[in-house]
Amino acid sequence: MKPTLAVDLAGVHLPTPVMVASGCLSSPKELAGLVDPRKVGGIVTRTITAEPDLGAPTPRMAETASGLLAETGLQNEGVEAFVVDLPALTQVGVPLFASIGGTTVEEFTRVAARLIALRAVGALELNLSCADAHRENRPFAASANRAAEVVAAVAGISRVAVFAKLSDEGADVVDVAMQCVAAGAHGLTLISPIRGLAIDAETARPKLASGAGRLSGPAIKPVALLAVYRVAEALPDTPIIGVGGIATADDAVEFLLAGAWAVQVGTAMFTNPSAPVDVAVGVGRYLVEHELPSPASLRGRAHHQMAGNRG
Amino acid sequence: MIRARCEVLSSRAAGAFQSVTLVAPEIAERAKPGQFVEVAVPDGRADFLRRPFFIHQASRRGGWAGTVELIVDRRGPGSTWLAGTQAHEFVDLIGPCGNGFGLPRPTNCLLFGIGYGAAPLYFLAEELRTRGKRVDMIVCARSQDRLLKPIEGKRLAHSITIVTGDGSVGERAEPLDVLEETLERSSSQVVYAVGPKETLRGAAELCRTRRIPAQMAVEELMACGLGMCLTCVVPVTETRGGALVNARACVEGPVFNAGRVQWDRWLGTEVSEPSEEDVPAETSVAAK
Repeated sequence: MKPTLAVDLAGVHLPTPVMVASGCLSSPKELAGLVDPRKVGGIVTRTITAEPDLGAPTPRMAETASGLLAETGLQNEGVEAFVVDLPALTQVGVPLFASIGGTTVEEFTRVAARLIALRAVGALELNLSCADAHRENRPFAASANRAAEVVAAVAGISRVAVFAKLSDEGADVVDVAMQCVAAGAHGLTLISPIRGLAIDAETARPKLASGAGRLSGPAIKPVALLAVYRVAEALPDTPIIGVGGIATADDAVEFLLAGAWAVQVGTAMFTNPSAPVDVAVGVGRYLVEHELPSPASLRGRAHHQMAGNRG
Repeated sequence: MIRARCEVLSSRAAGAFQSVTLVAPEIAERAKPGQFVEVAVPDGRADFLRRPFFIHQASRRGGWAGTVELIVDRRGPGSTWLAGTQAHEFVDLIGPCGNGFGLPRPTNCLLFGIGYGAAPLYFLAEELRTRGKRVDMIVCARSQDRLLKPIEGKRLAHSITIVTGDGSVGERAEPLDVLEETLERSSSQVVYAVGPKETLRGAAELCRTRRIPAQMAVEELMACGLGMCLTCVVPVTETRGGALVNARACVEGPVFNAGRVQWDRWLGTEVSEPSEEDVPAETSVAAK
């Protein structure tokens, strides 16, 4: 029997378990000829804030060993302009997750309220790496309580599924995840790029104009995989989207085995724009080879193995 | 946009640079001067991002039809790898990327290239000549070995001024002084410039005070070159409305009207000494 690639994520039906991570497919037209957006499992928008944001100063990036250190700030056109441009994304016809950002709980709810009024948005992904204006600009996800406050406020008004995107930001990601789910999150996206620094040895200055940046790419895959594994163990019934350094089908399979329900591909698209499609094809091949009916049949299998080893 | 596995046709030294010609018919067919290609490094390397390179020449006709020529400056591991590729190797290319230069209505064009920045200007010179324009060139470099193809420049331009920082060939002068002098005595109606940011800022100012329109291909660090990553932004005023936006050098650029670029915001108000050395080691359209 031919396996299915489809996955159900808190009521959102993904045609494949391989989505495009936040911002990487904001303008499908610009990538025409490089990736067929209709063949991805879902698209997460760039993080949208209430007002237009110019983002961080340049230089915004440095390449590090197997990683991309970048700080773009939250550059975006603001929610109103985003709504005007939205048809280009909704026409693609795959589930659309709107990534939401803000510096206060109120800003998150304001943006969410504007977006969930639109039929086109299938789910919300809360970018909880955003700086919390009430806590000296530490990320919301650095405090389980603050992260949960954002989730509760948005989930309270949302008629679509709400995913909290988290990283280890100083608070244990398992604690933050559990409180977010208790506050009403329907699912979790793990992990946000992690904070890092690169210094130019000649000028003795940070390579990024912002100083620190966020590390993505293959370098963070083991970190992301562990976060997924640990949170899946604590919350086996909560849909988890794994993200961080996924470039190949084997990478995606590892995340599914760790307990993810689906995955997102981001930085790998910079090298291979069709990576989300290629990875999904490879996952399909893996399912055929292992005579498995769906991605869900891989979910969390690594946990059973570990338990077996211990026993 | 085209992505293709392209065979290296030839690779040869061009002074301190390496000229790499690849068989890429579809990219060559569409290429415009000022555009670039994104070159993938082989799988499994710690430096895994694509590298952007200006299209130095695109041949659509004749014996070399269907090829693009890239000028490679060995500034980092990616460019060093590309410079070392041999004929018959295959390279994964995406292109043509970016907007390219707009072709002018006026007749007298001045092309100003500094170091590696001269790379896209020869393609431009050829296109301008095909359209019956007058082309004057100023090509600058630290030293003779980093002076890009002066003989090619002599063939393409009506006049060429060669400037080196050490006087090893041509005039020993500051690039901006030579530009100013040329603008004073020539009848240039439009300026095309490519080079380090600081020099471009100075060139933009010289053109602004003389009310000469200028188009400049800028360099800013870019992770993807395809519009996704938002790292290569340049602060510009919008054509309509005049609002300040951070425009992506890879999609909205790399060519901007000099008057739109908010130079002080981009580079800071502190003016440092313009020189070819200002180009960051891992720069935008120049190799990481």
